[in-house]
Amino acid sequence: MLRPSSWRGAMLLRSQYPDASPICGGTDLMVDINFGRARPATLLDLTSVEDIDSWELIDDGRTVRIGAGMSYTRIIDELSGLCPALAQAARTIGSPQIRNRGTVAGNLATASPAGDSHPVLLACWAQVEAESVRGLRLIDIDDFFVGPKRSALEPDELIRAVRVPAATGPQQFAKVGPRNAMVIATVSFALNLDTATPRVGTGIGSAGPTPLRARAAEQMLQDSLDDRWDAPGSVDEDVGRQFGALVAEAASPIDDVRGSAEYRRHALAVLGRRCLSWALQDLGEGEVAA
Amino acid sequence: MRVNVTVNGVAHSVDHVWALESLLDFLRERVGLRGTKNACEQGECGSCSVYVDGVLVCSCLVAAVQVEGRSVVTVEGLDSGGGMHPVQQAFLDAGAVQCGFCTPGMVVAAHCLLADNPDPDDLTVREELSGNLCRCTGYQKILDAVHLAAERTGAAP
Repeated sequence: MLRPSSWRGAMLLRSQYPDASPICGGTDLMVDINFGRARPATLLDLTSVEDIDSWELIDDGRTVRIGAGMSYTRIIDELSGLCPALAQAARTIGSPQIRNRGTVAGNLATASPAGDSHPVLLACWAQVEAESVRGLRLIDIDDFFVGPKRSALEPDELIRAVRVPAATGPQQFAKVGPRNAMVIATVSFALNLDTATPRVGTGIGSAGPTPLRARAAEQMLQDSLDDRWDAPGSVDEDVGRQFGALVAEAASPIDDVRGSAEYRRHALAVLGRRCLSWALQDLGEGEVAA
Repeated sequence: MRVNVTVNGVAHSVDHVWALESLLDFLRERVGLRGTKNACEQGECGSCSVYVDGVLVCSCLVAAVQVEGRSVVTVEGLDSGGGMHPVQQAFLDAGAVQCGFCTPGMVVAAHCLLADNPDPDDLTVREELSGNLCRCTGYQKILDAVHLAAERTGAAP
């Protein structure tokens, strides 16, 4: 059992004991251990590391830096204004018990295509702080997911924090599953209207080998908003349908126990259209996060 | 390895704990507290709900070694006098128990809910107990029990 109390100590132990499994909330790893799917030589417990369970504003207040140990419950309680879509996604995760333990960093380290925070992190162009004794590097979220449950993390690296640009305009997250709690997403979608740049961000979950970005949908919406970001009422109604269709096209889903590929494509088109209509409504009403 | 932990106010020092052992197994097999139930072992059912440092968790998803130096409260410790906590009494009085297997987890989760929100509406109770499964009651009596407990504890000065 390895139990560092400082971040420096955690990185040293990570490099000295490559067979140890990092654990924080344990909501993924303990399931694998309980079912005999994982037998790590030992655990590297990060729950006693100082200063990783909080958030701060960096880049002159433009970016929220979320510590690796911060629970979903605290993200909901403290960041629903600065990171509304991330807080929305966090509300859909598991149950109160799971949200009290689970973390965005753990979600990233597992790198499941169905991870609920991933579509939001894509839509917000987040960056992952990966650190080892060799140094700190920032991984753009577009480069982070390299395959099903595979990420760009090196074996000696730990996720120290996630950097999420603070919302400048409406954000939405939506997820389809058989009930309101304890659900692995059948599909999920996140939309970010960044009015400062301005640009459109998207993220798709559970519909491909990794979380995906719907680039053509982003481009189409950006072109159609063009110089009318202040007057979204002028956006053509067909835009919603086209946007949804392009979101569905960007996915490469499979048939599995949670849903068929055909259903997933259909549901994504619906989620894309709905998220856009909610976001445009917010834009029209000036409901822009502080 | 050795784990030092306070459980229901009592300090325990337990040797020979397996490195990958869950807090659930630790509580049941090493401390001998069998109120915390083992059902799904994947965080789906909530029957193993306990407090760790005041936070509601599924004990099957916490490694026993992670509670070193921390404080755990189980269903057996909700009433510091060793008797029946008002939430437990309300479950009894409302008939919110059939087979009883989910009940300890339900009671701990309801206890946590009422500590944060002494007078929750139905939607709040459903959301806060969404991580606890009951396969017998259909949940109505459980909702009744939570409201009954809220009434009684709210009425107390």
